Amino acid sequence: MTVISEAVHELNGYKLHIVKTEKYKTNTIVWKMKAPLSKEDVTQRALLPYVLQSSTKNYPTTTKLRSYLDDLYGASMFIDLSKKGEYHVISISIEIANEKFLSDPTPLLKKGLELLSEIVTNPNSDGSSFESETVTKEKRALAQRIQSVFDDKMKYSSSRLVEEMCKEEPYSLHVHGELNDVEGITPESLFQYYERALAEDELDLYIIGDVEEEEVISFSKELLQFEARIPSLNDNQISRSVSQVNEVKERQDVKQGKLNIGYRTNVVYGSEDYYALQVFNGIFGGFSHSKLFLNVREKASLAYYVGSRLESHKGLMMVMSGIDEKNYEQAVRIVNEQMQAMQSGDFTDQEIEQTKAVIRNQLLETIDTARGMVEILYHNVVAKKNITLDEWLEKMEQVSKESIVGVANKVQQDTIYFLTGTEAIS
Amino acid sequence: MEKITFEQLQEELYYEKLENGLDVYILPKKGFNKTYATFTTKYGSIDNHFVPLGKEELVKVPDGIAHFLEHKLFEKEDGDVFQQFSRQGASANAFTSFTRTAYLFSSTSNVEQNLDTLMDFVQEPYFTEKTVEKEKGIIGQEITMYDDNPDWRLYFGVIQNMYKNHPVKIDIAGTIESISHITKDMLYECYHTFYHPSNMLLFIVGPVQVEEMMKQVKDNQAKKKFDVKVEIKRQFEDEVQEVAEKKQVLKMNVQTSKCLFGIKALNVDQSGEQMLKNELSTNVLLDLLFSKSSENYNKLYTEGLIDETFSFDYTQEQGFGFAMIGGDTRDPDRLAEVLQQMVLEVKNGGLLTEESLERTKKKKIGAFLRAINSPEYIANQFTRYAFNEMDLFGVVPTLESISLEDVQNVANEFFAEDRFTVCQVVPK
Repeated sequence: MTVISEAVHELNGYKLHIVKTEKYKTNTIVWKMKAPLSKEDVTQRALLPYVLQSSTKNYPTTTKLRSYLDDLYGASMFIDLSKKGEYHVISISIEIANEKFLSDPTPLLKKGLELLSEIVTNPNSDGSSFESETVTKEKRALAQRIQSVFDDKMKYSSSRLVEEMCKEEPYSLHVHGELNDVEGITPESLFQYYERALAEDELDLYIIGDVEEEEVISFSKELLQFEARIPSLNDNQISRSVSQVNEVKERQDVKQGKLNIGYRTNVVYGSEDYYALQVFNGIFGGFSHSKLFLNVREKASLAYYVGSRLESHKGLMMVMSGIDEKNYEQAVRIVNEQMQAMQSGDFTDQEIEQTKAVIRNQLLETIDTARGMVEILYHNVVAKKNITLDEWLEKMEQVSKESIVGVANKVQQDTIYFLTGTEAIS
Repeated sequence: MEKITFEQLQEELYYEKLENGLDVYILPKKGFNKTYATFTTKYGSIDNHFVPLGKEELVKVPDGIAHFLEHKLFEKEDGDVFQQFSRQGASANAFTSFTRTAYLFSSTSNVEQNLDTLMDFVQEPYFTEKTVEKEKGIIGQEITMYDDNPDWRLYFGVIQNMYKNHPVKIDIAGTIESISHITKDMLYECYHTFYHPSNMLLFIVGPVQVEEMMKQVKDNQAKKKFDVKVEIKRQFEDEVQEVAEKKQVLKMNVQTSKCLFGIKALNVDQSGEQMLKNELSTNVLLDLLFSKSSENYNKLYTEGLIDETFSFDYTQEQGFGFAMIGGDTRDPDRLAEVLQQMVLEVKNGGLLTEESLERTKKKKIGAFLRAINSPEYIANQFTRYAFNEMDLFGVVPTLESISLEDVQNVANEFFAEDRFTVCQVVPK
């Protein structure tokens, strides 16, 4: 079975990935730029795509650019920033109608690619500096974006856990950069960074939809050309031994306490243990049949949400839950008991089978959306691997109880973070 | 079984009304891995005042009971339905809105088994005093979570400002106090009143064999006994046209202020094509006024009054409706003032041009194509539309039919100061 057929072509300075499928009524274009996370660059890098999507040379105002998107049958364009291991990834996605389903037969895919090319390579600049009003406006929006994390306590507590846990690692940097560094960015400095990013980043272009491969290759060659490069690598410190669990409590005016616990899994995407790690996480906390959900929520009634998730490229696992502050000790104890159960093999074959079925289902569902497909495929770019989804599914099926227990015993608790109300902490 | 073809969209929809009154829709989607099914009852948080099945007198039930019932249907004598779905490789979920409670699963294998599980767990309630008490702790945490969420508080604040009597102003999950009064008997009473198949709709979308699947649904339903179908009697107090409160300011633990400008809808006793056209025209109007390609958006963004959290939306249901416009802002009072000016300006015929209308219609059509890539969207929206006697696949032709005059008429009627309200969240 081939669940995704991805064709990869090495073009000028970037890789073109094409997945031909008839299941969508739109075509999806995703442009990815990847560079090591660094304190010096992170804030400029977080600002850059927003400045690029705000206006271009041919569409010098946001109103003009957005009107053009509307004219293309409401093509959607959006920016996403993410951390993948110690890398900072910019994604620019354009989704555009397939004219097959419209009464108007104007071909739209090429227009979508032209627009991407315009945004990435023809910015609103004088050749040495971005247009300053755009930069001012986007700096203000960036500052608000950074600040807004504080107002969403679930995001805030997750972000605080990573800050505490990865203090000395680039991974502790925020995906939207640092508030203190926003002010210092100038239209000139940002333009210099832009030129450096285009010259040095690892670049990938994904096209998903009912497209002709040869046509896509020729459009891409025509519209996007860059110098060849050797992308820089970051030292990814995945193994860290934890000598003592760090416990951090923070008080704020909140009604619900947020419990976030970080673990080092010491296993990353692409390693042989990765499949067992996924099954481990699924039995432990990934789903609504998992031990955490069953014991923290269903049995003890302590929480509405409780679960765990993996950061596959950094080798982390995060547990998160919202609880009453008076139940802190009990919740931590139950979470720890579930981990001990995993480490001592106290789970059934049925739990293993159930979890495999759900993970398989989740992966297959993910590739039903074009962007989900891109995210799955992009793991290989980040990890420098070439694992097909078929292989992934097959290796996951083969995971044994022994290997799950083996992985469980590699997982180390690192930091317990608790955001709690201003009432006294017991 | 009826077959409905949508040629331009290249979709086919199959429909049958079963003997017990259940509406069943199947939409085959080739190339997809997953099948997604929703089993929805026309029963939501607003249905709190009604005549229970087999009784004569109206009763009022505690706030949050529809949502509580949704949680409790997942628990059975032999355990949790989530466990069963995951053994069958499915993921399951449910949600309660103002007007609906939906149960759903998605799976890429064992679809038939999962479909039976869905129908069976929803149609076989099992409530005990003990499990009801246990759930109060869990839902209590859900309520507390929302209490800390400024966007939710803001959204609900606007609705509470708008409505004086209508139960849409009640928080869907209720309060910790209100759910403390819920008993297993009340749950059964609500269940028997609102979960009759004739008040429900099953929608299945995915790579399925239509004939076999319809047969399976029929066989499943034929095995079960239901009460005789009776008309459900719901009671709603009369609602005034103007808003109940003009302004509300919530002080919360936030760094950035938020402001939502709300407009209470006027024509809320609509259904069918009239409602579809009104809802779409209103959304087109808001888009013309506030989308990223609008002059207004540019003005607001350049002045630093809004950021990317800015959004606008109009929804309408039987008995209530509202538009909301706003987001994070550095100056919530100024934003409220400017938004009000902007909507009033359009009443004088400003901003609306044929060119921008055409562009907006194109964009909405494109957005609809994008949306129907998603099985979730199709199933949930189709159900919502059907409960209001509207046709989801009528969206494109209706959009195409909207004229500048329609939009101007909506603007003239919809925008009136006594139906404006503002809610703000500001740092403590």
